[in-house]
Amino acid sequence: MSRNGHGFEPRIVGFLCNWCSYSGADLAGVSRMKSAPNLRIIRVMCSGRVDPSFILRAFQLGADGVLVAGCHLGDCHYQEGNAKALRRVVLLKRMLRDFGIDERRLRLEWISAAEGERFAAVSLEFTEQVRALGPLALARQEVVA
Amino acid sequence: MKPKVAFYWCASCGGCEEAVVDLDEKILDVVNAVDIVFWPVALDFKEHDVEAMPDGSILASFINGAIRNSDQVKMAKLLRAKSQVVVAFGVCAQLGGIPGLANLSDKKGIFQQVYGDGVTPQMLHQENGYSLSLPEFYDTVLALDRVIDVDYYVPGCPPTPNIIGAAVGALLGSDLPPKGTVLAPDHALCDECPRRDTRPEKLLVKEFKRVHQVVPDQKTCLLAQGLACLGPATRAGCEAKCVCGNMPCTGCFGPTSRVRDFGAKALSAIASVVDSQDEAEIARILEALPDPVGTLYRYSLPSSLLGRRRME
Repeated sequence: MSRNGHGFEPRIVGFLCNWCSYSGADLAGVSRMKSAPNLRIIRVMCSGRVDPSFILRAFQLGADGVLVAGCHLGDCHYQEGNAKALRRVVLLKRMLRDFGIDERRLRLEWISAAEGERFAAVSLEFTEQVRALGPLALARQEVVA
Repeated sequence: MKPKVAFYWCASCGGCEEAVVDLDEKILDVVNAVDIVFWPVALDFKEHDVEAMPDGSILASFINGAIRNSDQVKMAKLLRAKSQVVVAFGVCAQLGGIPGLANLSDKKGIFQQVYGDGVTPQMLHQENGYSLSLPEFYDTVLALDRVIDVDYYVPGCPPTPNIIGAAVGALLGSDLPPKGTVLAPDHALCDECPRRDTRPEKLLVKEFKRVHQVVPDQKTCLLAQGLACLGPATRAGCEAKCVCGNMPCTGCFGPTSRVRDFGAKALSAIASVVDSQDEAEIARILEALPDPVGTLYRYSLPSSLLGRRRME
Protein backbone atom coordinates (compact mmCIF):
# COMPACT_ATOMS: atom_id res chain seq x y z
CA MET A 1 0.00 0.00 0.00
CA SER A 2 1.47 3.28 -1.01
CA ARG A 3 1.27 6.04 1.62
CA ASN A 4 2.56 8.89 -0.45
CA GLY A 5 -0.84 10.23 -1.46
CA HIS A 6 -1.19 8.27 -4.65
CA GLY A 7 -3.29 5.22 -4.03
CA PHE A 8 -3.37 6.16 -0.34
CA GLU A 9 -5.14 3.50 1.70
CA PRO A 10 -6.12 4.87 5.12
CA ARG A 11 -5.32 2.84 8.20
CA ILE A 12 -8.25 2.99 10.56
CA VAL A 13 -8.47 1.50 14.03
CA GLY A 14 -11.94 0.58 15.20
CA PHE A 15 -12.76 0.03 18.87
CA LEU A 16 -16.01 -1.95 18.83
CA CYS A 17 -17.97 -2.88 21.90
CA ASN A 18 -18.50 -6.54 22.55
CA TRP A 19 -22.26 -6.42 23.04
CA CYS A 20 -23.51 -4.37 20.10
CA SER A 21 -21.08 -3.03 17.53
CA TYR A 22 -18.77 -6.02 17.31
CA SER A 23 -21.80 -8.24 16.81
CA GLY A 24 -23.02 -5.76 14.21
CA ALA A 25 -19.71 -6.06 12.38
CA ASP A 26 -19.95 -9.83 12.67
CA LEU A 27 -23.43 -9.74 11.19
CA ALA A 28 -22.16 -7.63 8.28
CA GLY A 29 -19.50 -10.26 7.61
CA VAL A 30 -21.76 -13.27 7.96
CA SER A 31 -24.29 -11.59 5.67
CA ARG A 32 -21.58 -11.04 3.05
CA MET A 33 -22.03 -7.28 3.08
CA LYS A 34 -19.31 -5.17 1.59
CA SER A 35 -17.36 -3.29 4.24
CA ALA A 36 -14.02 -1.52 4.20
CA PRO A 37 -10.87 -3.61 4.74
CA ASN A 38 -9.14 -0.48 6.05
CA LEU A 39 -10.77 -0.90 9.42
CA ARG A 40 -8.65 -2.84 11.93
CA ILE A 41 -11.09 -3.92 14.58
CA ILE A 42 -10.26 -4.19 18.27
CA ARG A 43 -13.01 -5.68 20.38
CA VAL A 44 -13.51 -4.06 23.76
CA MET A 45 -16.10 -4.89 26.39
CA CYS A 46 -17.70 -1.45 26.23
CA SER A 47 -17.17 1.82 24.39
CA GLY A 48 -16.80 3.25 27.89
CA ARG A 49 -13.67 1.13 28.24
CA VAL A 50 -11.99 3.08 25.45
CA ASP A 51 -9.65 5.32 27.39
CA PRO A 52 -8.80 8.48 25.43
CA SER A 53 -5.18 7.34 25.60
CA PHE A 54 -6.08 4.32 23.42
CA ILE A 55 -7.25 6.71 20.73
CA LEU A 56 -4.20 8.94 21.03
CA ARG A 57 -1.97 5.86 20.98
CA ALA A 58 -3.59 4.71 17.74
CA PHE A 59 -2.93 8.08 16.11
CA GLN A 60 0.61 8.15 17.48
CA LEU A 61 1.37 4.72 16.04
CA GLY A 62 0.18 5.61 12.56
CA ALA A 63 -3.60 5.40 12.39
CA ASP A 64 -5.16 7.88 9.97
CA GLY A 65 -8.55 7.55 11.60
CA VAL A 66 -10.13 6.04 14.71
CA LEU A 67 -13.66 4.71 15.01
CA VAL A 68 -15.28 4.12 18.38
CA ALA A 69 -18.55 2.22 18.17
CA GLY A 70 -20.92 1.20 20.94
CA CYS A 71 -24.51 0.40 21.78
CA HIS A 72 -27.15 3.04 21.20
CA LEU A 73 -27.65 5.40 24.14
CA GLY A 74 -29.91 3.67 26.64
CA ASP A 75 -28.88 0.20 25.43
CA CYS A 76 -25.46 -0.02 27.11
CA HIS A 77 -24.81 -3.42 28.65
CA TYR A 78 -23.24 -1.56 31.57
CA GLN A 79 -26.01 1.07 31.71
CA GLU A 80 -24.06 4.17 30.77
CA GLY A 81 -20.59 3.27 29.52
CA ASN A 82 -21.50 4.59 26.10
CA ALA A 83 -22.64 7.91 27.58
CA LYS A 84 -19.21 8.27 29.14
CA ALA A 85 -17.63 7.47 25.79
CA LEU A 86 -19.74 10.22 24.22
CA ARG A 87 -18.68 12.81 26.81
CA ARG A 88 -15.02 11.93 26.38
CA VAL A 89 -15.12 11.95 22.60
CA VAL A 90 -16.78 15.38 22.56
CA LEU A 91 -13.91 16.83 24.61
CA LEU A 92 -11.23 14.77 22.88
CA LYS A 93 -12.31 16.09 19.48
CA ARG A 94 -11.75 19.63 20.67
CA MET A 95 -8.36 18.63 22.01
CA LEU A 96 -7.40 16.98 18.73
CA ARG A 97 -7.99 20.32 17.01
CA ASP A 98 -5.40 21.90 19.31
CA PHE A 99 -3.01 19.11 18.38
CA GLY A 100 -3.45 19.98 14.70
CA ILE A 101 -5.43 16.82 13.98
CA ASP A 102 -8.68 17.18 12.04
CA GLU A 103 -11.46 16.10 14.40
CA ARG A 104 -13.15 14.22 11.54
CA ARG A 105 -10.45 11.60 11.92
CA LEU A 106 -12.19 10.49 15.11
CA ARG A 107 -15.69 9.17 14.86
CA LEU A 108 -18.14 7.84 17.43
CA GLU A 109 -21.05 5.73 16.16
CA TRP A 110 -23.82 3.75 17.78
CA ILE A 111 -24.23 0.41 16.00
CA SER A 112 -26.47 -2.27 17.44
CA ALA A 113 -25.99 -6.02 17.02
CA ALA A 114 -28.79 -6.02 14.42
CA GLU A 115 -27.31 -3.20 12.34
CA GLY A 116 -24.88 -5.09 10.12
CA GLU A 117 -25.84 -2.89 7.24
CA ARG A 118 -25.17 0.20 9.24
CA PHE A 119 -21.74 -1.09 10.26
CA ALA A 120 -20.86 -1.78 6.62
CA ALA A 121 -22.03 1.66 5.55
CA VAL A 122 -20.15 3.42 8.36
CA SER A 123 -16.93 1.56 7.60
CA LEU A 124 -17.12 2.47 3.91
CA GLU A 125 -18.17 6.05 4.42
CA PHE A 126 -15.63 6.75 7.20
CA THR A 127 -12.85 5.22 5.12
CA GLU A 128 -13.71 7.55 2.24
CA GLN A 129 -13.79 10.52 4.58
CA VAL A 130 -10.34 9.69 6.00
CA ARG A 131 -9.06 9.03 2.50
CA ALA A 132 -10.15 12.52 1.52
CA LEU A 133 -8.35 13.96 4.56
CA GLY A 134 -5.14 12.23 3.48
CA PRO A 135 -2.40 10.57 5.56
CA LEU A 136 -1.96 11.83 9.11
CA ALA A 137 1.67 10.68 9.18
CA LEU A 138 2.19 11.33 12.88
CA ALA A 139 4.36 8.24 13.28
CA ARG A 140 6.90 9.63 10.86
CA GLN A 141 7.13 12.94 12.66
CA GLU A 142 10.58 13.53 14.06
CA VAL A 143 10.32 14.90 17.58
CA VAL A 144 13.76 14.17 18.95
CA ALA A 145 16.08 17.14 19.31
CA MET B 1 34.31 12.56 52.60
CA LYS B 2 30.79 13.86 52.19
CA PRO B 3 28.90 12.78 49.06
CA LYS B 4 28.83 15.39 46.33
CA VAL B 5 25.63 16.72 44.82
CA ALA B 6 24.92 19.15 41.99
CA PHE B 7 21.91 21.25 41.06
CA TYR B 8 21.20 22.52 37.58
CA TRP B 9 18.36 24.31 35.87
CA CYS B 10 17.28 23.98 32.27
CA ALA B 11 14.09 25.58 30.91
CA SER B 12 12.60 26.52 34.26
CA CYS B 13 11.24 29.48 36.17
CA GLY B 14 13.50 29.19 39.22
CA GLY B 15 10.69 27.91 41.39
CA CYS B 16 12.44 24.59 41.90
CA GLU B 17 15.50 26.46 43.17
CA GLU B 18 13.22 28.35 45.54
CA ALA B 19 11.83 25.05 46.69
CA VAL B 20 15.29 23.93 47.78
CA VAL B 21 15.81 27.16 49.68
CA ASP B 22 12.32 26.75 51.16
CA LEU B 23 13.59 23.78 53.11
CA ASP B 24 14.45 26.53 55.63
CA GLU B 25 16.72 25.28 58.40
CA LYS B 26 16.48 21.77 57.00
CA ILE B 27 18.82 22.96 54.25
CA LEU B 28 21.53 23.10 56.92
CA ASP B 29 21.06 19.37 57.48
CA VAL B 30 21.44 18.88 53.75
CA VAL B 31 24.60 20.98 53.68
CA ASN B 32 25.93 19.01 56.66
CA ALA B 33 25.29 15.74 54.88
CA VAL B 34 26.55 16.62 51.38
CA ASP B 35 28.96 18.84 49.50
CA ILE B 36 27.27 20.98 46.87
CA VAL B 37 29.77 21.09 44.02
CA PHE B 38 27.71 22.86 41.36
CA TRP B 39 24.67 25.13 41.65
CA PRO B 40 24.69 27.99 39.14
CA VAL B 41 21.80 29.83 40.72
CA ALA B 42 23.47 30.04 44.15
CA LEU B 43 27.16 29.17 44.01
CA ASP B 44 30.03 30.31 41.82
CA PHE B 45 31.14 27.10 40.19
CA LYS B 46 31.58 27.04 36.43
CA GLU B 47 31.00 24.55 33.69
CA HIS B 48 34.75 23.83 33.44
CA ASP B 49 34.79 22.91 37.14
CA VAL B 50 32.31 20.16 36.37
CA GLU B 51 34.24 19.10 33.28
CA ALA B 52 37.34 18.68 35.44
CA MET B 53 35.63 16.21 37.78
CA PRO B 54 36.15 12.49 37.26
CA ASP B 55 33.21 10.61 35.74
CA GLY B 56 30.79 9.35 38.37
CA SER B 57 32.30 11.48 41.11
CA ILE B 58 29.05 13.29 41.92
CA LEU B 59 26.64 11.17 43.94
CA ALA B 60 23.51 12.85 42.61
CA SER B 61 22.62 15.65 40.22
CA PHE B 62 19.25 17.30 40.67
CA ILE B 63 18.24 18.75 37.33
CA ASN B 64 15.14 20.89 37.05
CA GLY B 65 13.51 22.45 34.01
CA ALA B 66 12.60 21.13 30.60
CA ILE B 67 14.92 20.74 27.62
CA ARG B 68 14.36 23.44 25.04
CA ASN B 69 17.81 24.22 23.60
CA SER B 70 21.13 22.62 22.73
CA ASP B 71 23.00 24.11 25.69
CA GLN B 72 20.65 22.34 28.10
CA VAL B 73 21.26 19.05 26.31
CA LYS B 74 25.02 19.59 26.62
CA MET B 75 24.82 20.34 30.35
CA ALA B 76 22.46 17.43 30.99
CA LYS B 77 24.85 15.06 29.24
CA LEU B 78 27.84 16.46 31.12
CA LEU B 79 26.13 16.04 34.49
CA ARG B 80 24.94 12.57 33.51
CA ALA B 81 28.53 11.51 32.87
CA LYS B 82 29.78 12.95 36.15
CA SER B 83 26.96 11.59 38.32
CA GLN B 84 26.05 8.22 39.74
CA VAL B 85 22.42 9.24 40.01
CA VAL B 86 20.44 11.82 38.06
CA VAL B 87 17.19 13.07 39.54
CA ALA B 88 14.66 14.88 37.37
CA PHE B 89 13.61 17.51 39.89
CA GLY B 90 10.20 19.07 39.46
CA VAL B 91 7.56 18.47 36.85
CA CYS B 92 9.33 20.35 34.02
CA ALA B 93 12.25 17.92 34.10
CA GLN B 94 9.91 15.02 34.77
CA LEU B 95 7.20 15.64 32.15
CA GLY B 96 8.05 18.87 30.33
CA GLY B 97 6.06 21.22 32.53
CA ILE B 98 4.69 24.66 31.70
CA PRO B 99 7.48 25.43 29.16
CA GLY B 100 6.29 22.31 27.35
CA LEU B 101 3.09 24.10 26.33
CA ALA B 102 5.32 25.74 23.71
CA ASN B 103 4.89 22.46 21.85
CA LEU B 104 1.57 23.87 20.67
CA SER B 105 3.75 26.09 18.49
CA ASP B 106 7.24 25.76 17.02
CA LYS B 107 10.42 27.80 16.79
CA LYS B 108 9.15 29.89 13.91
CA GLY B 109 5.84 30.63 15.59
CA ILE B 110 7.45 31.46 18.93
CA PHE B 111 10.07 33.76 17.38
CA GLN B 112 7.36 35.50 15.39
CA GLN B 113 5.31 36.00 18.56
CA VAL B 114 8.23 37.25 20.65
CA TYR B 115 10.29 39.24 18.17
CA GLY B 116 7.74 39.95 15.44
CA ASP B 117 9.43 41.46 12.45
CA GLY B 118 11.90 43.29 14.66
CA VAL B 119 15.37 42.22 15.73
CA THR B 120 15.77 38.44 15.80
CA PRO B 121 18.64 36.67 17.55
CA GLN B 122 21.55 35.71 15.34
CA MET B 123 22.85 32.24 16.15
CA LEU B 124 26.45 33.18 15.37
CA HIS B 125 28.30 36.49 15.50
CA GLN B 126 31.90 36.86 14.32
CA GLU B 127 34.14 39.85 14.78
CA ASN B 128 37.94 40.33 14.70
CA GLY B 129 38.54 36.63 14.70
CA TYR B 130 36.29 36.05 17.72
CA SER B 131 32.93 34.37 17.55
CA LEU B 132 29.91 34.29 19.81
CA SER B 133 27.20 31.71 19.40
CA LEU B 134 23.78 31.13 20.89
CA PRO B 135 22.44 27.67 21.70
CA GLU B 136 20.11 26.15 19.14
CA PHE B 137 16.46 26.75 20.03
CA TYR B 138 14.40 23.62 19.36
CA ASP B 139 10.98 23.36 17.78
CA THR B 140 10.01 20.89 20.47
CA VAL B 141 10.42 21.02 24.25
CA LEU B 142 11.39 17.69 25.80
CA ALA B 143 11.35 16.10 29.22
CA LEU B 144 14.80 15.36 30.66
CA ASP B 145 14.61 11.61 30.10
CA ARG B 146 14.29 12.13 26.38
CA VAL B 147 17.91 13.30 26.22
CA ILE B 148 19.64 11.48 29.10
CA ASP B 149 19.06 8.47 31.30
CA VAL B 150 17.18 9.54 34.44
CA ASP B 151 17.25 7.50 37.64
CA TYR B 152 14.58 9.13 39.76
CA TYR B 153 11.84 11.70 39.48
CA VAL B 154 10.69 14.22 42.06
CA PRO B 155 7.31 15.60 40.94
CA GLY B 156 5.69 18.94 41.60
CA CYS B 157 5.58 22.54 40.52
CA PRO B 158 7.59 22.97 42.57
CA PRO B 159 8.28 19.88 44.68
CA THR B 160 7.04 20.48 48.20
CA PRO B 161 9.47 20.51 51.17
CA ASN B 162 8.12 17.20 52.49
CA ILE B 163 8.56 15.53 49.11
CA ILE B 164 12.10 16.89 48.77
CA GLY B 165 12.97 15.77 52.28
CA ALA B 166 11.62 12.28 51.65
CA ALA B 167 13.44 12.09 48.30
CA VAL B 168 16.79 13.13 49.79
CA GLY B 169 16.22 10.65 52.60
CA ALA B 170 15.51 7.88 50.13
CA LEU B 171 18.70 8.66 48.19
CA LEU B 172 20.90 8.84 51.28
CA GLY B 173 19.40 5.68 52.78
CA SER B 174 20.87 2.24 52.30
CA ASP B 175 17.98 0.85 50.29
CA LEU B 176 17.74 2.71 46.98
CA PRO B 177 14.32 2.57 45.34
CA PRO B 178 14.15 0.85 41.92
CA LYS B 179 15.42 2.94 39.03
CA GLY B 180 12.73 5.03 37.37
CA THR B 181 10.76 5.52 40.57
CA VAL B 182 8.80 8.72 41.05
CA LEU B 183 9.67 9.63 44.62
CA ALA B 184 6.12 10.34 45.82
CA PRO B 185 3.10 8.28 46.87
CA ASP B 186 1.56 6.24 44.07
CA HIS B 187 -2.13 6.97 44.45
CA ALA B 188 -4.49 9.74 43.37
CA LEU B 189 -4.65 13.06 45.17
CA CYS B 190 -8.34 12.50 46.05
CA ASP B 191 -7.14 9.79 48.46
CA GLU B 192 -5.41 12.34 50.68
CA CYS B 193 -7.72 15.27 50.00
CA PRO B 194 -9.25 16.76 53.17
CA ARG B 195 -12.54 17.14 51.27
CA ARG B 196 -12.63 13.50 50.25
CA ASP B 197 -15.67 12.64 52.34
CA THR B 198 -17.77 15.34 50.67
CA ARG B 199 -17.26 13.81 47.24
CA PRO B 200 -20.64 12.38 46.25
CA GLU B 201 -20.94 8.69 45.36
CA LYS B 202 -22.20 9.62 41.91
CA LEU B 203 -20.44 12.82 40.92
CA LEU B 204 -22.24 14.69 38.15
CA VAL B 205 -21.85 18.29 37.03
CA LYS B 206 -24.30 20.38 35.00
CA GLU B 207 -22.09 23.43 34.78
CA PHE B 208 -18.34 23.98 35.00
CA LYS B 209 -17.09 27.19 36.56
CA ARG B 210 -13.69 28.80 36.43
CA VAL B 211 -11.85 30.00 39.51
CA HIS B 212 -12.40 33.68 38.84
CA GLN B 213 -16.15 33.25 38.47
CA VAL B 214 -16.99 31.79 41.84
CA VAL B 215 -15.91 31.69 45.47
CA PRO B 216 -16.10 27.97 46.19
CA ASP B 217 -17.37 26.57 49.43
CA GLN B 218 -14.34 25.74 51.57
CA LYS B 219 -15.42 22.30 52.71
CA THR B 220 -17.02 20.61 49.72
CA CYS B 221 -15.30 18.64 46.95
CA LEU B 222 -14.28 21.19 44.31
CA LEU B 223 -15.15 18.93 41.39
CA ALA B 224 -18.62 18.49 42.82
CA GLN B 225 -18.86 22.31 42.87
CA GLY B 226 -18.15 22.38 39.14
CA LEU B 227 -14.49 23.36 39.28
CA ALA B 228 -12.27 21.29 37.01
CA CYS B 229 -10.15 19.83 39.82
CA LEU B 230 -7.67 17.29 38.43
CA GLY B 231 -7.24 15.49 41.75
CA PRO B 232 -8.75 12.23 40.45
CA ALA B 233 -5.99 11.95 37.81
CA THR B 234 -3.08 13.42 39.76
CA ARG B 235 -0.49 11.72 41.96
CA ALA B 236 -0.73 12.45 45.65
CA GLY B 237 2.08 13.76 47.83
CA CYS B 238 1.50 17.51 47.91
CA GLU B 239 -0.89 17.26 50.88
CA ALA B 240 -3.53 18.89 48.66
CA LYS B 241 -2.00 22.32 49.16
CA CYS B 242 -4.01 23.97 46.38
CA VAL B 243 -7.27 22.47 47.56
CA CYS B 244 -6.47 23.66 51.08
CA GLY B 245 -6.09 27.12 49.53
CA ASN B 246 -9.54 26.67 47.98
CA MET B 247 -8.09 26.26 44.49
CA PRO B 248 -8.63 23.20 42.29
CA CYS B 249 -5.73 20.84 41.57
CA THR B 250 -4.05 21.58 38.25
CA GLY B 251 -2.12 18.33 38.10
CA CYS B 252 1.47 19.37 38.80
CA PHE B 253 2.39 16.04 40.43
CA GLY B 254 1.68 14.26 37.16
CA PRO B 255 0.09 10.85 36.80
CA THR B 256 0.40 7.73 38.93
CA SER B 257 2.61 4.90 37.68
CA ARG B 258 -0.27 3.12 35.94
CA VAL B 259 -1.03 6.03 33.62
CA ARG B 260 0.86 6.63 30.39
CA ASP B 261 -0.74 9.91 29.33
CA PHE B 262 -1.78 12.37 32.03
CA GLY B 263 -3.98 14.56 29.85
CA ALA B 264 -5.95 11.63 28.50
CA LYS B 265 -6.63 10.42 32.03
CA ALA B 266 -7.54 13.92 33.19
CA LEU B 267 -9.86 14.23 30.20
CA SER B 268 -11.57 10.99 31.21
CA ALA B 269 -11.99 12.18 34.76
CA ILE B 270 -13.43 15.56 33.82
CA ALA B 271 -15.59 14.53 30.87
CA SER B 272 -17.10 11.58 32.73
CA VAL B 273 -18.77 13.80 35.31
CA VAL B 274 -20.70 15.83 32.73
CA ASP B 275 -24.35 15.34 33.59
CA SER B 276 -25.89 14.83 30.17
CA GLN B 277 -26.38 12.26 27.44
CA ASP B 278 -27.10 14.79 24.74
CA GLU B 279 -24.17 15.60 22.48
CA ALA B 280 -25.04 19.29 22.03
CA GLU B 281 -25.61 19.79 25.74
CA ILE B 282 -22.37 17.98 26.61
CA ALA B 283 -20.48 20.23 24.21
CA ARG B 284 -22.13 23.30 25.75
CA ILE B 285 -21.24 22.23 29.30
CA LEU B 286 -17.64 21.52 28.30
CA GLU B 287 -17.33 24.90 26.60
CA ALA B 288 -16.69 26.25 30.09
CA LEU B 289 -13.23 24.71 29.71
CA PRO B 290 -11.88 27.12 27.11
CA ASP B 291 -8.46 25.51 26.65
CA PRO B 292 -8.53 21.70 26.93
CA VAL B 293 -4.83 21.13 26.18
CA GLY B 294 -3.67 23.97 28.41
CA THR B 295 -5.90 22.72 31.22
CA LEU B 296 -5.41 18.96 30.99
CA TYR B 297 -1.80 18.88 29.78
CA ARG B 298 -0.67 21.96 31.69
CA TYR B 299 2.47 20.22 32.99
CA SER B 300 2.84 17.20 30.75
CA LEU B 301 2.47 18.02 27.05
CA PRO B 302 6.02 16.97 26.00
CA SER B 303 5.66 13.58 27.67
CA SER B 304 2.16 12.95 26.32
CA LEU B 305 1.53 10.35 23.64
CA LEU B 306 1.31 12.95 20.90
CA GLY B 307 4.02 15.14 22.45
CA ARG B 308 3.30 18.24 20.46
CA ARG B 309 1.03 19.89 17.93
CA ARG B 310 1.35 18.24 14.56
CA MET B 311 4.06 19.93 12.49
CA GLU B 312 2.96 20.80 8.97
